Amino acid sequence: MGLKQKLESGGFAVTTEMAPPKGTDFKRFKECALAVKGMVDAVNVTDFQSAVVRASSLGAAAILVEEGLEPVMQITGRDRNRIAIQGELLSASALGIKNVLALTGDHPSFGDNPQAKGVFEMDSVNILQVARTLMGGKDLAGNDLAGTPDFYLGASVTPVYDPMELQLLKMKKKIQVGARFFQTQAVFDIELFKKFITAMGDIDAKILVGVIPLKSPGMANYMNKNVPGIFVPDEIIERLRKSQDRVKEGLKIAAEFINEVRQQKLCDGIHIMAIGAEENVPALLEMCDLDSAA
Amino acid sequence: MVITQPKPFSEILQFLEGKKNIFITGCSLCATSCMTGGEKEILAMEQKLLEEGKQVTGYAVLDPSCNKLQARATLKKQKQVLDSSDAILCMACGDGAQTVAGLVNVPVYPANDTMFIGEVERIGHFSEACRACGQCELGWTAGICPITRCAKSLLNGPCGGSRNGKCEVNPENDCAWVLIYKRLKELNELDQFMEIKSPKDYSKASNPRRVTVGK
Repeated sequence: MGLKQKLESGGFAVTTEMAPPKGTDFKRFKECALAVKGMVDAVNVTDFQSAVVRASSLGAAAILVEEGLEPVMQITGRDRNRIAIQGELLSASALGIKNVLALTGDHPSFGDNPQAKGVFEMDSVNILQVARTLMGGKDLAGNDLAGTPDFYLGASVTPVYDPMELQLLKMKKKIQVGARFFQTQAVFDIELFKKFITAMGDIDAKILVGVIPLKSPGMANYMNKNVPGIFVPDEIIERLRKSQDRVKEGLKIAAEFINEVRQQKLCDGIHIMAIGAEENVPALLEMCDLDSAA
Repeated sequence: MVITQPKPFSEILQFLEGKKNIFITGCSLCATSCMTGGEKEILAMEQKLLEEGKQVTGYAVLDPSCNKLQARATLKKQKQVLDSSDAILCMACGDGAQTVAGLVNVPVYPANDTMFIGEVERIGHFSEACRACGQCELGWTAGICPITRCAKSLLNGPCGGSRNGKCEVNPENDCAWVLIYKRLKELNELDQFMEIKSPKDYSKASNPRRVTVGK
């Protein structure tokens, strides 16, 4: 079953995120992907995450298809104008990539080539808009396509945001132009997530809550201080501090959170972001009470 | 107003290497307000050049430097001095420097870096407010420009990088989209936000642009 079928039939979906390598060596990327084969519904490939030069998401997503995994190709507007975005989407479809997740993209100043010019001709809403236009058989200027792509479109949302209404209004705009599923920024506090779900009201979209397995109290403190939209509660940081094996404790905390959102039916799935520790994802999934994705 | 900043003096000296006799031009408008090309700054520049062993053949505060006819008339009166100069140091914006360069037969060097179109918050404090995009968006954004004041020039709302109403790219800056949202809400015009804005038509900003006012 693919991601679309799983979500649209009311199933609980599991996706995990993987960054393409910085270089041409895809060995670890493939190993980590194959290790979750059958355990996840799709593998989400980041697009020059944090504005860092790497192999592209299109290339990495095509490699996943080759390996028999279903990718979600992330695409941002930071590095491409409308010509490149449309070309990338058409290529993705031709290479068998069905899921596309549109993002605005981190600012180049955060990356490892901070001298780069940010394009940002299209924001996340515009990328969804153009994907849907291509799905209608035309390019953005109204010219005919020979062969039409078909995508399952996703976007992102930040559950911890002030003012919340503004975040929800933008989410509605994304849905209006075709987003069917949302992966959220990582959530650690279940009560905050419930607040967000309540605030969503009758907004109709599939929600995959973001999960980051913490590796240390320092990592939690760093994210609290530096990453907008992330809030790790003190009691979780304390648990990590007191534990003997912090990585294992981090996985345990993540598994408890996943089981909790699943049991309480708070959302439609989870999206795991292991940020460089992708080899731990199979262990995390084994700790969770989930159906096999295969 | 066009906001300028003085170039490092070392960069100016590099331009002027091997040039002995220097004529200085300034500008009566923007560069005077920016304190980068008024009479006071020209005299200070003259002093620094003298200390470096240069000769200053003369100076003129063009009124303004970007007005070709005015600049031509002023420089014409200085023809003899200009003919005896090895270089002109132009203390105006990039437009003013090009106007001068198009009128004389000696090399023209910029003394300033042109920064942005901005507003004068108070004396000596300037902030960017307009990117001259060619299609003004202020009509639906409660008078706050997202093209200029959002670090990503987003048209459909904020990115995920806004925190406590500030921009993560530079936390000294307000998130333009939080400002726009709050103001639209106050004005009871939040429905403006919900309209899907297609990417801008960049064919309207194809350089170099030209405007001719018809009769």
